[in-house]
Amino acid sequence: MTLAAVATAAHATTTTAAGTHGFLSPTGVEIAFLLVGLVTLGAAVITVTTRQLVHAALWLVVALGGLAVEYLLLTAEFIAWVQVLIYVGSVVVLLLFGLMLTRAPIGRSPDADSGNRWVALAVSVAAAAALVWVVVDAFRTTWIDLDGAPAGSTEVTGASLFQHWVLPFEALSVLLLAALVGAIVLSRKAKADAAATPTTGTRRDTEGAR
Amino acid sequence: MHLAYPAVLSALLFCTGLYGVLARRNAILVLMSVELMLNAVNLNLVAFDVWLSRAAEETLHSGQALALFTIAIAAAEIGIGLAIVLAVYRNRGTSDIDKLRDTAEGPGGDGPDGDVPGGDASATRTAAEKAEATA
Amino acid sequence: MTTTTLAVLVPLLPFLGAIAGLLLGRTAPGFVRPLAVLPTLVSLGLAAVVAARQGGDGAVDAATELTPTGSVPVELALHIDGFAALTAVLVTLVAGCVQIYSTGYLRDDPRYPSYAALVSLFTSAMLLVVYSGDLMVLLVGWEVMGICSYFLVGHYWETPEARAASLKAFLVTKLGDVPFLIGLFALATEAGSFRVTRILGAVANGGIEHPTLIALLLLAGVAGKSAQFPLHTWLPDAMAGPTPVSALIHAATMVAAGVYFVARLLPLFEASQAAMVVLAVMAAVTMAGSALAALAQDDIKRVLAYSTIGQLGYMTGALAVADRGAAVFHLLSHGAFKALLFLAAGVIIHAAGTNSLAAMSRMGHLRDRVPDAYWTMTVALLALAAIPPFSGFFSKEAVLGVAEHVVTGHTEHAPAAAGWIVLLAGLVTALLTAAYAMRLWLLAFRGYGAEAPDHGRQPLTMTVVLWVLAVPSLALGGLAFRVLPDWFDGHDLTPTLTTSVLGTGVALVGGIVTYATWRHTTAHAVSRVPLGAVAAHPEGDAGLVEAEAIASHQAAYGDIASATDPSDPGRLLLGPLHRHAAAGFHLDAVYTALFVRPVRAGASLVRFLDREVVETYVRGAGALPRWLGAAVRRAQTGNLQTYVSALLAGTVVLAVAVVLVATGA
Repeated sequence: MTLAAVATAAHATTTTAAGTHGFLSPTGVEIAFLLVGLVTLGAAVITVTTRQLVHAALWLVVALGGLAVEYLLLTAEFIAWVQVLIYVGSVVVLLLFGLMLTRAPIGRSPDADSGNRWVALAVSVAAAAALVWVVVDAFRTTWIDLDGAPAGSTEVTGASLFQHWVLPFEALSVLLLAALVGAIVLSRKAKADAAATPTTGTRRDTEGAR
Repeated sequence: MHLAYPAVLSALLFCTGLYGVLARRNAILVLMSVELMLNAVNLNLVAFDVWLSRAAEETLHSGQALALFTIAIAAAEIGIGLAIVLAVYRNRGTSDIDKLRDTAEGPGGDGPDGDVPGGDASATRTAAEKAEATA
Repeated sequence: MTTTTLAVLVPLLPFLGAIAGLLLGRTAPGFVRPLAVLPTLVSLGLAAVVAARQGGDGAVDAATELTPTGSVPVELALHIDGFAALTAVLVTLVAGCVQIYSTGYLRDDPRYPSYAALVSLFTSAMLLVVYSGDLMVLLVGWEVMGICSYFLVGHYWETPEARAASLKAFLVTKLGDVPFLIGLFALATEAGSFRVTRILGAVANGGIEHPTLIALLLLAGVAGKSAQFPLHTWLPDAMAGPTPVSALIHAATMVAAGVYFVARLLPLFEASQAAMVVLAVMAAVTMAGSALAALAQDDIKRVLAYSTIGQLGYMTGALAVADRGAAVFHLLSHGAFKALLFLAAGVIIHAAGTNSLAAMSRMGHLRDRVPDAYWTMTVALLALAAIPPFSGFFSKEAVLGVAEHVVTGHTEHAPAAAGWIVLLAGLVTALLTAAYAMRLWLLAFRGYGAEAPDHGRQPLTMTVVLWVLAVPSLALGGLAFRVLPDWFDGHDLTPTLTTSVLGTGVALVGGIVTYATWRHTTAHAVSRVPLGAVAAHPEGDAGLVEAEAIASHQAAYGDIASATDPSDPGRLLLGPLHRHAAAGFHLDAVYTALFVRPVRAGASLVRFLDREVVETYVRGAGALPRWLGAAVRRAQTGNLQTYVSALLAGTVVLAVAVVLVATGA
């Protein structure tokens, strides 16, 4: 799915949404959302089930990218681009570094899942059933009007962020600094064998704190 | 658009991430699953913010602001988490979560003083022991 | 100082001495001996002053209520009449002699400080009993004496005999104390007071509804304390204690307490004819039985112990015929000569190195080794055998004279049956007493054979007190029988002609028969088999010698009480009775069958129930949590994912429950 297609689809939905909103007569935006959502969910499921560790990271890219598209469909442009930049651009790269530094096996590893798998499946299916049931029960008639100006354009987001959310924003910078220092401290080796991988650690930290 | 679509999608993504956290053996895969869960929350935040910004006259766009903060915090979290995983790996030679069982009362009577996510304490302890053994 | 103040000081001084002795015993050993001797001697002086001031006039009474009890009040009360004043003088005199004697007797004993403190405490408790005008306070002294006797009899606790004897003394006297306590409560409930004066007033007004029951309950305690049949068995065994302790217990304090108690409350006992007859029967059985047993004992101290029981029988006999004057007169004279007998016996045991009469009869010239003990003991034995003009004669004749009065119907206080019982038993006992006194004297001082071992001179402290006590043994009776009625109830204590002739006659017969038997047995030289074990410790103090002698008696002679000595005149005199008399007429065996075995069986039953039944429940109660714990422990794997799974599953369940409740489904 190209960016242009996403943009046109978003434009179409914002213009045509009106009248009765039944689930059996979906709008175009809804169809696009459903399709992208299916892709995203599928990628996420593969991420948590595949036996190839590196593939898991790559499927994570697909899932996060799909989420970025969903943001766009919800007219939250800025967050969509931030998602692409930070998650797809840095977090996944960081995770790949981590995989390599821990010498994760390339190819199928038979013991990617722990013995806890079935319990985990039961818990997550139960949680999913409960959540879906509650959410559908609560919001089955709620309608999002996507017409008009985008709700999350860079201008709107920036205005609210620097008008109403300045103080948390600044506090967040302190948190990031703390994370930076913490990552350095944690990854520093004991003095006896402080030689092997200080450079990679430092680089990873700076990227993570970005 | 029905609000139910993003809400249900986010619920399903959250539970997928939950399954990953509970079932994956490799610590880095667990971190990936955590990212999935965080993103599910983000999707919820954004969807509800969009809905509210249409429904209400005045809006602070708090959902989108919080989503941004979550993204930043998630980035910090992944950095710290990877640092911990690497430290554990360096000291234990493994990043398998179910091999880090210091909290259990083992038959060897190894005292339960190491918290696994905060594995740095036991990591430094083992490192100190190693240093003593080699010295 | 008023008489009351002086009287309070009399029991208080030995008590303070005991406390100080216990506290300073380890840190300042130099103070122990003065602290033991001086308070008792000062008390002796004070008691004498109190007695002189009281002078047989009206009783000195003083009382202060410590704290309201809500029901019958308990008061710190003094009641000093002539009996109390004179008994206190005797107690302090004997205690002072015993303390002085102990400094020599136990001069090397490492436990002397605690011993001396306990003797002081014992004296103090007895003085409390003597002076107290309140029965609850009297009971305090009574029980303190019990516990002190436990410690003192068990002074040589290294020997099993002493341990067993101290336990036995404690348990048997406590066995009597339980009914005694109940009797005291019943008495106080009916009289409305614990004060002696008020109780006697209530008795005089007929305010006591159940005099027989109360008197019998009290008699049980008296029998335990004063070693009367059937609770006398602890006293011969208590000889396992040091000799000065025996002298103290037997002469003046513990055993006298029971007699003194009855003398104090005699009107109460007089109110019940049945109690008087029981008292008379008790006295008669005690007298005659103990005299027979004394004739068969081999241990010199056990002979004296049984003689104590017999003389106490005389005192209870006097009480049974309702004359406390005669009882306390005999208590005083007996206290003097019995203390002398025991202390002299201690000297002899030290010199001979053994406590066995059979061994002593095989030693020549033992009397030359201990001339002081020889002469004073002769005096005391003559007093014991009631030969005129020694003090025992007058007091014993007083008892017999009163009994004869009752028999001839001169008094209405006591039933004639009691008089007959006491009179006849008293005469028989007089015969036997003279016999065993003669036997003791002959065996101890007229032995043939190897020279007695030389243990050196006795310490001066041990011999001087013998002469001090010999004076009252010799002269108290003759001087006092005219004066004492002024102090007591006024009954005449002069010997009557009939009983004097009868009593002295049977005593002479007993002595002569024993002498003749002794000549007969010793003439058969073939029977003089060598016998005996002698513990020779020329350097050791007397206490060490005695402890070894007691410990070795059973090993050497096969029995703690008797020895298989064919030349013993007692064996010939008693004939087939000897075997039973030596064992105290098997009363211990009876007690074993009646009490010890059932208690042991009950104890083993309880042990079985505890081990097998109760323990099963306990183990079951322990096993269930252990199984649960094992199950829960299995859940603790250390795997975080398991934990988080459980946590989240619980969260889901809770969330669903909350939603269901919130929607009202």
